[in-house]
Amino acid sequence: MAASFEQQTQELHLESTLDSVDLADQAALELARKVGFDEDDQNSISMAVRECMVNAIAHGNKYNARKKVYLKLEAAPGTLVVSIGDEGDGFKDNDVPDPLAQENLLKQSGRGLLLMRAFMDECEHVPRVPQGTLVRMVKRLNAA
Amino acid sequence: MSVTMSTRQVGDVTVIDAAGRITLGEGSSAFRDTIKDLVTKGDKKILLNLSEVTYIDSSGIGELVSGFTTTSNAGGKLKLLGLTKRVHDLLQITKLYTVFEVFDDEAAGLASFS
Repeated sequence: MAASFEQQTQELHLESTLDSVDLADQAALELARKVGFDEDDQNSISMAVRECMVNAIAHGNKYNARKKVYLKLEAAPGTLVVSIGDEGDGFKDNDVPDPLAQENLLKQSGRGLLLMRAFMDECEHVPRVPQGTLVRMVKRLNAA
Repeated sequence: MSVTMSTRQVGDVTVIDAAGRITLGEGSSAFRDTIKDLVTKGDKKILLNLSEVTYIDSSGIGELVSGFTTTSNAGGKLKLLGLTKRVHDLLQITKLYTVFEVFDDEAAGLASFS
């Protein structure tokens, strides 16, 4: 129950395969339930985690078996923080075409970051050292 | 569970009943293959029933768009039926609600092709 829940942190280094998407999703949802997120928020967290993991595995690490995906989950009363890092070449916001621009609406890809931002209360990405990208997403209970 | 798809003919409209998850990998390729096969056969009026689809990720959304353009390029139409709240929200967020014709009621969806 959320009332007795204090704080919990989990760190994982996952393979660059799509199986890791499910593992990350399950781990995040387990903590999300402990924090007390309702089903709707759990669905949002699941969507954001899955999109971020797919980005890290497919676009960041490019399915390279030598590269890992770093997952950190930090649960505290009322908050879940999800950090996902890859070992890819990194990206800038300007590299990603606006998926809501009329000319991009019928493109097949490029909506992952949009969905992560839509479903979480905070979503930011920073370069990792020595290489890669770290995405940090926050979900809060009862956020407006 | 990934997506399962079955087709049925109602007059000159092909209804695809999809169920499960349309996500990166097996789910999205199954969807793509089904649409491509129908269009190749000459089926140009397609009503995609998503009422039993529990989850779509951005790859799945990409496949919906791909199906839409494949059908449109062949001179046909792909329309959507029975969106769950989650899929409805996704189409709103991605602005694809402005692209697809969406119906809650199958009879209305079928009638829209005539």
